[in-house]
Amino acid sequence: MSIDDRDFRPVIAAFCCNWCSYAGADLAGSSRMKYPAEVKIIRVPCSCRVNPMFILRTFEKGADGVILCGCHPGDCHYSTGNYYTRRRMASLISLMEFVGLERGRVRVEWVSAAEGAKFAETMNEFVEHIRALGKNTRLEDLRCKN
Amino acid sequence: MQKIGVFVCHCGTNIAATVDVLRVVEAAAKEPGVVHAQDYPYMCSEAGQALIASAIRDKGLTGIVVCSCSPRMHEATFRKCAERAGLNPYMVEIANIREHCSWIHKDMEEATQKAIILARAAIAKVHLNTPLAAGHSQVTKRALVIGGGIAGIQTALDIAEAGYPVDIVEKNPSIGGRMAQLDKTFPTLDCSACILTPKMVEAAAHPNIRIFTYSEVERVTGFVGDFTVDIRKHARSVDMDKCTGCGLCQEKCPSRKTPDEFNRALGTRSAIYTPFAQAIPNVPVIDREHCIKFKTGKCGLCQTVCAAGAIDYTQSDEIVSEKYGAIVVATGFDTIKLDRFGEYAYDQSKDVITSLELERIMNAAGPTGGHLERLSDGRMPREMVFIQCVGSRCSDGRGKSYCSKICCMYTAKHAMLIRDKYPDVNVTVFYIDVRTPGKNFDEFYRRAVEQYGVNYIKGQVGKVAPLPDGRLRVSGSDLIDGKAVEITADMVVLATAIEPDPSARRLASMLTASIDTNDFLTEAHPKLRPVESPTAGVYLSGVSQGPKDIPETVSQAGACAAKVIGLLAKDRLTTNPCTAHSDQLLCNGCSACANVCPYGAISYEQREVNDHGVRGERRIAVVNNALCQGCGACTVTCPSGAMDLQGFSNRQLIAEVDAICR
Amino acid sequence: MQELIERAKALLADGTVSRVLGWRATDTPFGPEPAFFESGEELNEFVYNCFCGANLSKYLIESSALEGKTLAFLKPCDTYSFNQLCKEHRIDRGKTYIIGVGCKGKITVERLHELGIKGILDVEDAGDTLTVKTLYGEKSCPYSDAMLERCHACKGKEHRVADEVIGESADTTDTDRFAKVTELEQMTSKERYAFFQAELSKCIRCNACRNVCPVCNCRKCVFDGNAFDSVQKANATEFEEKMFHIIRAFHVAGRCTDCGECSRVCPQGIPLHLLNRKLIKDMDAFYGEYQAGEDTSTVSPLTAYTEHDIEPEAGKGGNE
Repeated sequence: MSIDDRDFRPVIAAFCCNWCSYAGADLAGSSRMKYPAEVKIIRVPCSCRVNPMFILRTFEKGADGVILCGCHPGDCHYSTGNYYTRRRMASLISLMEFVGLERGRVRVEWVSAAEGAKFAETMNEFVEHIRALGKNTRLEDLRCKN
Repeated sequence: MQKIGVFVCHCGTNIAATVDVLRVVEAAAKEPGVVHAQDYPYMCSEAGQALIASAIRDKGLTGIVVCSCSPRMHEATFRKCAERAGLNPYMVEIANIREHCSWIHKDMEEATQKAIILARAAIAKVHLNTPLAAGHSQVTKRALVIGGGIAGIQTALDIAEAGYPVDIVEKNPSIGGRMAQLDKTFPTLDCSACILTPKMVEAAAHPNIRIFTYSEVERVTGFVGDFTVDIRKHARSVDMDKCTGCGLCQEKCPSRKTPDEFNRALGTRSAIYTPFAQAIPNVPVIDREHCIKFKTGKCGLCQTVCAAGAIDYTQSDEIVSEKYGAIVVATGFDTIKLDRFGEYAYDQSKDVITSLELERIMNAAGPTGGHLERLSDGRMPREMVFIQCVGSRCSDGRGKSYCSKICCMYTAKHAMLIRDKYPDVNVTVFYIDVRTPGKNFDEFYRRAVEQYGVNYIKGQVGKVAPLPDGRLRVSGSDLIDGKAVEITADMVVLATAIEPDPSARRLASMLTASIDTNDFLTEAHPKLRPVESPTAGVYLSGVSQGPKDIPETVSQAGACAAKVIGLLAKDRLTTNPCTAHSDQLLCNGCSACANVCPYGAISYEQREVNDHGVRGERRIAVVNNALCQGCGACTVTCPSGAMDLQGFSNRQLIAEVDAICR
Repeated sequence: MQELIERAKALLADGTVSRVLGWRATDTPFGPEPAFFESGEELNEFVYNCFCGANLSKYLIESSALEGKTLAFLKPCDTYSFNQLCKEHRIDRGKTYIIGVGCKGKITVERLHELGIKGILDVEDAGDTLTVKTLYGEKSCPYSDAMLERCHACKGKEHRVADEVIGESADTTDTDRFAKVTELEQMTSKERYAFFQAELSKCIRCNACRNVCPVCNCRKCVFDGNAFDSVQKANATEFEEKMFHIIRAFHVAGRCTDCGECSRVCPQGIPLHLLNRKLIKDMDAFYGEYQAGEDTSTVSPLTAYTEHDIEPEAGKGGNE
């Protein structure tokens, strides 16, 4: 492992639905659970609001990992939003792997408002995984680099 | 260009201890469009809000970012503050630097850097915010209470008393719930039925209350103020209007071997039955699964003996569709199954029973007529052992992690009642802790120990073994004396953990109300909004929200009713302006969005569109803002990007992405 | 071909239709192009031959806005796109008159080039074989060797919709349409990355794929507008090519009929259909087989759900 690798601080965006996962992240916070500061949360009303365009954009701008969190299927605040998310993301993740993106750079997790511990665990695990994968070089906009 | 103000809260030391607030202010001040940036110890305080308001006025701010706690906590506070200062409330964005930053990180540098990035994202977003105006929707002035136990009855009565119509839906043939099964109640020892029955009668007789028994909620659509609920009324096979409740049918019914649910299957009942004598309505139902007429076609005895001609074998389920402004969940609890607790020999011996079964045995209307006796041989027990926390406070995953809350008190009650009525029965209670907070609760427990001589042993029971003579060997430990204890008992009573009624999970899905890992419904806020679900218009009453005893249930039921009344008293509600809208120049009219809309809020219109001077008829998606709840499913389905969501627009979210990845 | 012209002339003459959508000869014998004909005289330029691969259904969007009906000649596979567009309310079925034309698979001159046939002057369809006149003399090859990729995965000889059918069709399937996708899936992630990097970096963003794709029919493409701040930039980078093609594939997911036009028209020869096929293969595996455009009523798998759908997990795109 080179010095660069050890210092590698991935850029990670977490899209969280307002009703479950964002609240789960709040609970992780109020329970003082720790997870890496690399994770930055973007609040969306529902996981189904997350357009594949956003996910690609995140990589374009230099992210190393994107995680999308929503309510558990069946518990969506809007009844069915996350069912569509589940289908869209199943296809998108598969397609992105197909064109050669490393496994696990894009991830979907269901985290309820009560699962603060799961939120923290998931983020710890995800950041660890992205650290192991290293910098995203397969999907990036070279113009963002100096 | 917006003129943006950034306000960074210390939250005392909650934020300031880990985030260098001043550096956040400095960094924010350098962002484009930011004309004002400052910090304050408590931004949500009156003084903090005054500070924001004056900055809005003095500097003519067009948008503000508050770096503070979660927007779920204070977004509404700061929006109202902005509104009072003359700024559109939707020009406010919150950067969550407490729950998502200071509370999860230890390193100050790291947390400060992250806080700066979160602030930047919020600033980038607010640049693209537009003033939004909330719409209004009507309120249907009727409430639905799901569950007809004491929680549901009390909530319904309180709402009805305030003058609003209420419907109660109960899945059993009678209202009454668990409380109807209890013998006496702690700490006053008054008879459960004696205090419950008048409430049941009052509910049944109330002009504002309709009761649907033997019914279940099948489907829920709509939203706060305007829910549409389909209620399935199971076929009772008895005409409610004709039946006089004489009970002759139940007497004559030849099918008598069905386990009696009301008596926890300790006895049997007929196929046509009312669950208990004081049932409301006092109209039996035919249990079609066990009725000979339905099974073989032969019999029909009840129809022959019914003088009122009320028996109707041809009845079928009926779906009633009703509109409601508010929905109360009061689905109550059941005791857990004990199949994972083999050490207590519950399945091996009839004399190992749950506390709820003991309630039925102690009850004069129960399977033993109120005589304390062993179910195996009918003999009076001489030695009784109560085991506490069976499946509660359980850390090995077999039971529940929580405390069921009611067991310490009802066990003291049982022990006391038994010692009172049968002074020569020895009673031993094994406990982990005795928890008796509550008015007159500890006094009650102490009476059991001091006055009635109940033998309390701090320690757990490792094994209950049935002996050849039919008695039970209870092996436990006494933690205080530090020794093993062995008692040969005649009866063992298990204080079995309670869990939400299994119907709660399905119901929560239908209501899109959130539920915790134990299937208890989640409150909108555990401290400040304990009787509301995060789903607007859905309220929580009784044990469906968490374990509680009767006095707590009744007070919560009243609180819940007050919230419902508060909602129903409004003539109209302010709707969320963060709804979808379609850009008619981009819309293809392809119908994909309508396919995924859960609210049926999207329709299509032929419209004359002027596309940069070219006029033409187009099929355009139109969003009904009263129906749209703002999930955004349509926005992603739309290939052309015509559908967008106010408050969470494509460009706003992309601006946040860019700010985070910068 | 003459029968088609006569029928078109008759329908124009009796006023059933106001115009005819077909193929017109160009100055190269291998490149008939889609064209509208408004008179019997114009129809003399009409051709229908083994090079008429172009899927005409997309042009009916435009003609749906015009007065009167449009007669369109559709091959069996084109009718899937037609149905899909009717489902999306982009084509008004009432404004069309569909004549299903016979098809035994269409060929492309690029395939002949790939077979090493150079200096091609003319190509003659001799049934099972092709006779190719070249600068270097006459050559011949089996017909199917020159067929478009998509014809090797033919959707069948049946027209899904037609007011009348003229001519015989044949099912020309002789391969598994997912074979290449499967082959890629079995490569390592790094190999797949290299494959697509090489292919997609050929992209010159000419937009031919987008323009020809029947379901890529947005009034304004997201890559041309600013709705996502994704407006096309002057200097396309590697990322943008990938982003463009991934998003394009995703936008047509569940709607793509696998007509293969994208790959047929790509001047750089990028096998763009592989992205669509991967999505189709996945959706078939995840949610049951679905053929877009088979009818006008079923909903796309991505706008439907069941409570027990598979989870979006890593590992479905191919080997690691």
